[in-house]
Amino acid sequence: MPRGMPDARSVETVTLEAFADTILPGTKRAPEDVTIAGRSHDAGAVEAGALELLRTPATGVTSGLGEFVELLNEHAEHHAQLCEVTLVGDHPPFVELPFEERTRLVRALTAPGHPEKEFWVMLALFCNMAYDSAAHLSTPVAIKNGHPGLRAMGFAAPDADGLLRFAEYSYGRPLARLHPDTNSTGSLA
Amino acid sequence: MNGGHSSDSTDVLVVGSGFGGAITAYHLAAGGARVTILERGPWLRSEEFDHDFLLGSSYTRIFDFTVGDGMSVLGGNCVGGGSMVYFAALPRAPRFVFDRQGSIGRRMWPKAITRDTLDPWYDRVTEAMGVRAQDWSDVSYAGGLWGAACDHSGRTANPVPVAIDKDTCVNCNWMMAGCRFDAKKSLTTNYLPAAVAHGARIRPLHEVQRVERMIDGSYRVHYDVIDEDDYRIRTDSGSIDAKIVILAAGAGATPVILKRSEGDLGAMPNAVGRYFSGNGERLNTAVVDEDRVRDVLGLSRDDQRAYEAFQVGKGPCVANWDRLDASLPEYSRYSLEQLYFPPALGTILAQVPGAPAPAWFGADKKEMLRRWRSWLIVFTMSEDDNEGVFGTPPPTGNAVRLSQQMLGRGPISYHPTKNTWKGWQSADAEVKEILEKDGIARVAPWTNDLVGAYTVHPLASCRIGDDPHTSALDDRHELRGHPGIFVTDGSAVPGALTVNPAMTIAALAERSVPGIVEAARERGVGVTYGAPAPDGATSGRGSVLDLPGRRT
Repeated sequence: MPRGMPDARSVETVTLEAFADTILPGTKRAPEDVTIAGRSHDAGAVEAGALELLRTPATGVTSGLGEFVELLNEHAEHHAQLCEVTLVGDHPPFVELPFEERTRLVRALTAPGHPEKEFWVMLALFCNMAYDSAAHLSTPVAIKNGHPGLRAMGFAAPDADGLLRFAEYSYGRPLARLHPDTNSTGSLA
Repeated sequence: MNGGHSSDSTDVLVVGSGFGGAITAYHLAAGGARVTILERGPWLRSEEFDHDFLLGSSYTRIFDFTVGDGMSVLGGNCVGGGSMVYFAALPRAPRFVFDRQGSIGRRMWPKAITRDTLDPWYDRVTEAMGVRAQDWSDVSYAGGLWGAACDHSGRTANPVPVAIDKDTCVNCNWMMAGCRFDAKKSLTTNYLPAAVAHGARIRPLHEVQRVERMIDGSYRVHYDVIDEDDYRIRTDSGSIDAKIVILAAGAGATPVILKRSEGDLGAMPNAVGRYFSGNGERLNTAVVDEDRVRDVLGLSRDDQRAYEAFQVGKGPCVANWDRLDASLPEYSRYSLEQLYFPPALGTILAQVPGAPAPAWFGADKKEMLRRWRSWLIVFTMSEDDNEGVFGTPPPTGNAVRLSQQMLGRGPISYHPTKNTWKGWQSADAEVKEILEKDGIARVAPWTNDLVGAYTVHPLASCRIGDDPHTSALDDRHELRGHPGIFVTDGSAVPGALTVNPAMTIAALAERSVPGIVEAARERGVGVTYGAPAPDGATSGRGSVLDLPGRRT
């Protein structure tokens, strides 16, 4: 996966990266990486492709990303005031929050009762999916190219035809007594 | 859009092609009726079942995840319905289930139905679906691990009866996206092709919106045609006239169709869209200590690995049934079943054991994912309190679709009572006790904070019963006050079953057929009852044709 950061990065890109990194953190791509907080020692949701997935129209969230980003930064500003965290102003408010405050804010936005909870949960779901299933990529190809989430989880590679099979699958011996009321159908009598 | 008189008509119009629709459609078509099945989902062939998480692959084409207020429902959306995505675990419900009272102070099930009276119908399903008891050599590593852990803490464990051909199964655990190898017995391998062979027509991507009653007492069923790639798009609409309507759209959809039809059909019974049960479901994730699995349980796959096998297998293989005890009070009984839940939807709700809740995201969760091969999921099916209620139907379908496929927002609201929470807490504690014994694993429940409680087995939202106030259907599955409309899906089941429900839903559907045949004959449809199993086997038929009181 290519590392390094492109030059002109939009408010939308940096804010979404910071959100994705809060869900499943990654290691910084470069020392000056401000969106990835560096709370893990290898690639997280951002490098797994969270933004690619969020920008896939099939998800249904793509057309709303601009609005979500605006909202998130408004929430971040408000949160910063409440927690007396000073925002310098070089980057959007959510990006400027330290990792712990980003985490607290995401907790609040996804908690039962928050009026916008559904949207934040959907965004979090897709950030998680980018890592745990690479839903923006075909799985055999993702595995072959070393997708960081599938590799970290140890997701098994399919056969050459793209289908997965496990030849060995059982300890092959009785490991407990059956319930005493079990009958020949395999159900309880 | 059709004008006044519909040019399309049939004898029996079936809504949905899951168990409730496929079974009734088969018998009625085999008996001589003209049958049309309208299925809102696509029709996929085995070659189209992908081992792929790319959006638009089979797992998003045939699955719906509908988020409501306090409850989210996972269901099938395809020809074959829930059977295309299910794990084919088919145990019979324990006999105490039929005596449950829930919170209505009387037996929820009709008195005509007990485990004994349902057994001949369970036998029919066993024959038709090929349900077999598994033995320990069929059981996956994960199932074996759960069995060994149960045994280690003095409990029993049972391989679950399944409808899976063990010779063609390759234990890939992709069955929730449809079985590519035709090992899992979905309805597309038995009842549906047999129905089609007898002349039934199946129309995929036809989503029923509402039902209208005509002057002569027959029905006009209105549908939209859905785009095959983007289910948010409707491409056409139409209607079909029928003498009999069988609703089998699933517990998340049947009541919504009926509520939307109230303007045309008149008032619905009180219980339509009420008493929804999520089968008391809940999940716990364990992260096992591989050394302890070897040292304490004596298990090893090979020289390198004791387990590391979460991904391997065929869904749920082993269940603990010790709490399925008739002497225990209602709401305290449950089964604990080893389960596989794939990534995409299967990791986000898992919480990090030992971390303060909510612990579903962040650095610790990332480390938990690194241990994914050592995960074990245990599935609780307990006795909930039928708390779910359906609100105003959405404009179309049973949900407002958010994504092109799979994700939507539905009208159900669900707030668990103390009874349900006590059952869940007791089950959580027991799973923890079993798996944390001697350091085998660390366990945490899935969070209910994000999408509420969740179920893969929605039930009871249009249920049978003897009491007109608390049941929508009589014991023949006919909708009270609306003769000629029958409901045969999971919504007809009165309450949580403490086990996987497909077998019971199928047995009830089989049992409903003679009554539907009688109703059809009363309306001039030339149909008889008496077809063999879809593959021609006859012993199951033999035992039900002689039942006392059975209508011919």
